[in-house]
Amino acid sequence: MQYLLMIHNDEKTILSASPQQVGERLAAYGAYIKEMTDAGVTRGGQRLHPAATATTVRVKNGKTQVLNGPYAEVKEELGGYFLIEAPSLDSAVSWAARCPGAKDGAIEVRPIWEM
Amino acid sequence: MTRPKMTRPKMTRPKMTRPKTKLRAPPRRLPQHATLPALGDGDARAVAARVARESYGKLVAYLAASSRDVPRAEDALADAFASALAVWPSQGLPANPEAWLAKVARRRLIDAARRRGAAERASETIELIDAELKEAADGDEAIPDRRLALMFACAHPAIEESIRAPLMLQTILGLDAAAIASAFLVSPAAMGQRLSRAKAKIRLAGVPFRIPEREDLPERLGVALDAIYAAFSHGWSEAFSDDPHGRNLAEEAIWLGRVVAALAPNEPEAMGLLALMLYAHSRRDARRDALGRYVPLSDQPVQRWDKAAIEEAERLLEAASALGAPGRFQLEAAVQSAHAARRLTGKTDWGAISTLYEALFAMTGSPVVAVNRAAAAAHARGAAAGLKLLNEAAAEGRLADFEPYWVVRADLCAKMGDIEEARRAYGLAIGRQADPAARAFLIERLAALA
Repeated sequence: MQYLLMIHNDEKTILSASPQQVGERLAAYGAYIKEMTDAGVTRGGQRLHPAATATTVRVKNGKTQVLNGPYAEVKEELGGYFLIEAPSLDSAVSWAARCPGAKDGAIEVRPIWEM
Repeated sequence: MTRPKMTRPKMTRPKMTRPKTKLRAPPRRLPQHATLPALGDGDARAVAARVARESYGKLVAYLAASSRDVPRAEDALADAFASALAVWPSQGLPANPEAWLAKVARRRLIDAARRRGAAERASETIELIDAELKEAADGDEAIPDRRLALMFACAHPAIEESIRAPLMLQTILGLDAAAIASAFLVSPAAMGQRLSRAKAKIRLAGVPFRIPEREDLPERLGVALDAIYAAFSHGWSEAFSDDPHGRNLAEEAIWLGRVVAALAPNEPEAMGLLALMLYAHSRRDARRDALGRYVPLSDQPVQRWDKAAIEEAERLLEAASALGAPGRFQLEAAVQSAHAARRLTGKTDWGAISTLYEALFAMTGSPVVAVNRAAAAAHARGAAAGLKLLNEAAAEGRLADFEPYWVVRADLCAKMGDIEEARRAYGLAIGRQADPAARAFLIERLAALA
């Protein structure tokens, strides 16, 4: 099965981090990504720019509405994701638990709807 | 004499209303689907009922293991049971009814997959099901028992807590949503919906049917045992001796407890839970007198306790203790064992019970345990000591709706001569007691205050 790990973190903490903290976080992600790649589970993943850069689009009655900002204002914004291949929810959860973002945020694990 | 409510399994939430329908022997889903004339097939029916009890969860776990699709496995199995009732009376009983049912259900699963479409995925699924089910169902080989794995799926942290016990009762024992709903005080439609949602989550989110890794096992087993105990507690309040069928949710929970204890034989808490439920169940008839009146534990004639159940519980608790890993359920069972000792000694060792509740409170910090600890201390060391502990427990809060708290408070205040507070506490207890017999008992106690 495929799962999307959605990484939610408090942007303020991340953006106000000291250079040393940024370095530590990058190193932690680097190790995590290497671990996932070595295990052959990763199917892609990216970091996102902060929620302030988000644009939300809706089409109402054929008219495109464009709004500045993320879809939902929350304290812990979606800041990145990984798409992984895992045999079960337990396996996906154990990968989510190893994600550095889980330590000071939350990882939402969602199964991919396979077509 | 005070009346600590230690014998009663703790309620997970206060029950303020009673279900409209009285819980009788919960109808199983299978006979519901199997609408066949009873004439001449009584034997087939009896065998099917026995196999249903022994094998239902085994077959669901087996049929759904690879797809994690519990509803389809249940449907296929219901069809298989219906076929059994149609075919067994004329063709005779198969040598291995369980394997027969597995084979028929498997065919149903494959037929259903074919009907769903000729899409590529469907044929893949068919091959998978075919390969996985072939081995055991073709011969008379034993169907592997994956009930424990199915139970762990039902009690998975990803499944909403309040639906875990109902889910186990349905998938392992085949109880229908209506029977479960009446014990859990929700409408059958709502229960059915919540069960479907949980099963959909198991399938779509990939909740595995497996026994957790060693390091996760104690915690995950604890969750499963909690769910079983919740089922038992729900059944307990319904399981009065006026139920002529004698079958109820409490007995079903004991059955689940037996399955876990058998499949996870070296888990002391699994044994502890089974022992605890058996001790409580041994007193089910003694809870009412011949006129249907409430009888508190301290007044129950020991002859009315179920001796065999107590002895089984004693053996289990002893075996659990020998493993040297005490836990909440073992301690609670030990309290019950101390109460049960009255059948031999003629008296209750409140000192021992008080010590056990101290240990239990240190382990759980539960406010419910705190109330029982206070009641036991009152017996062992006097009402003042008990009341002191009870006040400490109340200071923590969360007890205002807990009926046993007010009963203990009323008893202890009466003993201390604070009649006014005792009256008030009995009044609050009466208002929180849903069971008419227990309420009548409290009203009598209130009236008897000097």
